[in-house]
Amino acid sequence: MKNKSDCAMTPDHDPAAWSEGVDAVPFDFGLKRRAFVHLLGTGLMVVFSAPALAQRSGGRGGGASAPSISSRLHFGKDGVITVFTGKVEGGQGARAELTQAAAEELRVEVAAVRLVMADTAQVPNDGITAGSRTTPFTVPAVRQGAAAARELLIEIASRQWTTDRDQLKVQAGAVKDPVSGRSFSYRDLAANDIAVRLLSQPVNAGVQVTPVADWKILGKSTPRPNRRDLVTGAHRFPSDLVRPGMLYGKVLRPPAFGATLTGIDLAPARAMKGVVVVADGQFVGVAAPTVFQARAAIEALAETARWEYVSHPSHQELYGHLEKHAQGGVPANPFPDEISRARKVLREDYHVVYVQHAPLEPRAALAEWEKETLTVSLGTQNPFGCRSELARAFHLAEDKVRVVVPDFGGGFGGKHTGEVGVEAARLARAAGRPVSLRWTRREEFTWAYFRPAALIRIEAGLDETGKLSCWHFLNINSGGAGIETPYQVPHQRSRFVRSQGPLREGSYRALAATANHFARECFMDELAAAVAADPLTFRLAHLQEPRLRAVLETAAQRFGWTDRFARKQPGLGVGLACGTEKGSFVAACVEVAIEPKENRIQVRHICEVFECGAILDPDNTRSQVEGCIIMGLGPALQEEMMFENGEIKNASFQRYRVPRFVDVPELDIHLLNRPDLSPVGAGETPIVAVAPAIANAVFHASGVRVRSMPIRLPA
Amino acid sequence: MDTTISFEVNGELKTVTTHPSRPLLDVLREDLGLTGTKYGCGEGQCRACTVLLEGKAVAACVTQIATVENKKVRTIEGLAGGDTLHPVQQAFLDGAGSQCGYCTPGMVMELVAVLNASPNPAEAEVLARLGRHLCRCCNYPNLKRSIRLSLRR
Ligand code: FES
Ligand code: FES
Repeated sequence: MKNKSDCAMTPDHDPAAWSEGVDAVPFDFGLKRRAFVHLLGTGLMVVFSAPALAQRSGGRGGGASAPSISSRLHFGKDGVITVFTGKVEGGQGARAELTQAAAEELRVEVAAVRLVMADTAQVPNDGITAGSRTTPFTVPAVRQGAAAARELLIEIASRQWTTDRDQLKVQAGAVKDPVSGRSFSYRDLAANDIAVRLLSQPVNAGVQVTPVADWKILGKSTPRPNRRDLVTGAHRFPSDLVRPGMLYGKVLRPPAFGATLTGIDLAPARAMKGVVVVADGQFVGVAAPTVFQARAAIEALAETARWEYVSHPSHQELYGHLEKHAQGGVPANPFPDEISRARKVLREDYHVVYVQHAPLEPRAALAEWEKETLTVSLGTQNPFGCRSELARAFHLAEDKVRVVVPDFGGGFGGKHTGEVGVEAARLARAAGRPVSLRWTRREEFTWAYFRPAALIRIEAGLDETGKLSCWHFLNINSGGAGIETPYQVPHQRSRFVRSQGPLREGSYRALAATANHFARECFMDELAAAVAADPLTFRLAHLQEPRLRAVLETAAQRFGWTDRFARKQPGLGVGLACGTEKGSFVAACVEVAIEPKENRIQVRHICEVFECGAILDPDNTRSQVEGCIIMGLGPALQEEMMFENGEIKNASFQRYRVPRFVDVPELDIHLLNRPDLSPVGAGETPIVAVAPAIANAVFHASGVRVRSMPIRLPA
Repeated sequence: MDTTISFEVNGELKTVTTHPSRPLLDVLREDLGLTGTKYGCGEGQCRACTVLLEGKAVAACVTQIATVENKKVRTIEGLAGGDTLHPVQQAFLDGAGSQCGYCTPGMVMELVAVLNASPNPAEAEVLARLGRHLCRCCNYPNLKRSIRLSLRR
């Protein structure tokens, strides 16, 4: 993975400045590769030349923002207002939020705005939907575009009526002349030649957006605009798309990671009725009238396939492997003098396993060719990135590729890539018909990228007053998000060291901030214990950032921390953790119970306080925080990808358990609203405090320090 | 080999000629165009594919088409009466039961089955039934709210 240093918030406005690396699948379906074809037995035997080596590249979320008002908004002569954005909706609420943003500035009802999302043929490139960037960057971009249109409406009306523009105000989508009673609406704008010309002007970055105090729509809860279609089943998710004559695709997967196809007999599958078989380099797939037939064809192919295997480390050897392959070696502590002077020195390793996002809708794509132009509709967080990925794979110009992203069934950082689209497009090209390819759950668990595993090593010194004197923090392999300590330490260094993770790696909700917070916040508890301090007092003694102090103090107070920590009850424990990432602040206090029989950890109560500046939509923010916390309970307590000999051993929901209703503890969520501060995203940071607070509570309950995620006590 | 199977879907008689061991889920989605029922795992673990078979909730992904011969199936598409939503759908709408909404049809159908079987079930019993369903958005608090709203209607 080239760029995992998922920096917190870039001050600039350029989506390209931010990037989050994902291990890419290097497809190449250009025309000039060589495959040696042999006839063998009854069928056609294809023997391939040298194996395509997996290649890793950093992803980019980039692209310029909307240059003109008309690329952001369209006013129909029928009165319909359409707003365009390159952002996607995967359940996080961007559709409602961006609709709100436009409606607020246009001074119209939410229902008057139609939002077109993520169709590369229609929308401006707002970059990848990731890194909690919609709220701090795209909301302002949409607001500015809409505000510019509103100002234009006033401008044109004031010119036509020769009225002073300061006397004019937009209300309910129109300007009214207070004197004559005339009115001029967005519908009129569409019919006005001067307006049409002015709409093609760039959005003036200095345009006045509505101050928080005057918000009528932003700051209030707005339900999902398409919620009705979600409860009736009418909404078409990417895996629901159908076209006349469409076939269903399926791809032959290697039996193990890194295995190379050396030979295959295509004949049995070719003999099946209605089945199209494609063999192109290492890619072998089929398209058939039903999924059932496609599967049968793939099974027939799999029986004849011959593979060459490579050795692959297992999950048991993971941390040794990561340490051994640390790029440039494992760096030494740069503060040897401080360490030798310290009154006490602590040093610990923390481990975080690989996990999967497992969105409920697995990757799915529909590909359609029309001569040399390609349209792919798929569930992805990165529409423009997928367009490039497709263009590269098929050696097409980008303007020959259109990517459309219908609202899809969950991403969580797991859908930054378009491999399913490339595969569908390859099959569709061979079939000469549209092809829908829908990954199975097993494929999703195995071939989607994973949240990287981490080996984290921390060494810190305490002085005679019980305060931190030096701090050295190393994250091997998983990334630099949230790596800097928010605590005051005179000598400190935190760094991310790349390694060669054995699995395909990429982003995940909050990415490495979860692992880094887990290690740091658990270690802070160990340090507090080393000087016999209350973990809350110890943290506050090292904290200056007022926003972080505020969430921590509020959480502790709501939870009744001081009493509950002091009052030890058998089998019960409390723990806390806090942190900051992507401009927002979080603190959590939890209570756990240890079931004496199996030593199982039960999380009983989570109190979390979260602050992300001004809250744009209270209900959705709360839903995101709740969802994030509960999702985080999975990797905190039970989720772990097991692999051996290049094979995932638990690629199913039966063997990879994710949170269900019964796992939901009592939740006390408190959002600190700061209308005086710019809004930032809320769908990621709430996850980071969950796991360390649990591990600390487990220690409080049992006296055992668990330094790995998932947090488990020996039975 | 293919066989011809007739069954009722949302009150209409349907006849398909297909392989008898194809999942009901595939037939609904591919042959009958009823894509409201979702695939989440294909092995009975997530219940995104829940439909009513003779009024009972079943996972359509592990129900072979041959077993529904002459039976009645109801899917999410057959729930609302024209513009009027079924009370459970309305409760999910009012309770913000959907984040991405991919789990919604399965959850709604399960709840409809529970309420059909007993009009006043205990909440714990209902949650136990819904406990088989996965929501990866982990929208469980809003789902609980939607369930409570359904029970009150
Ligand atoms: S798709 Fe049927 S239970 Fe998951
Ligand atoms: S709302 Fe997304 S899976 Fe439940």
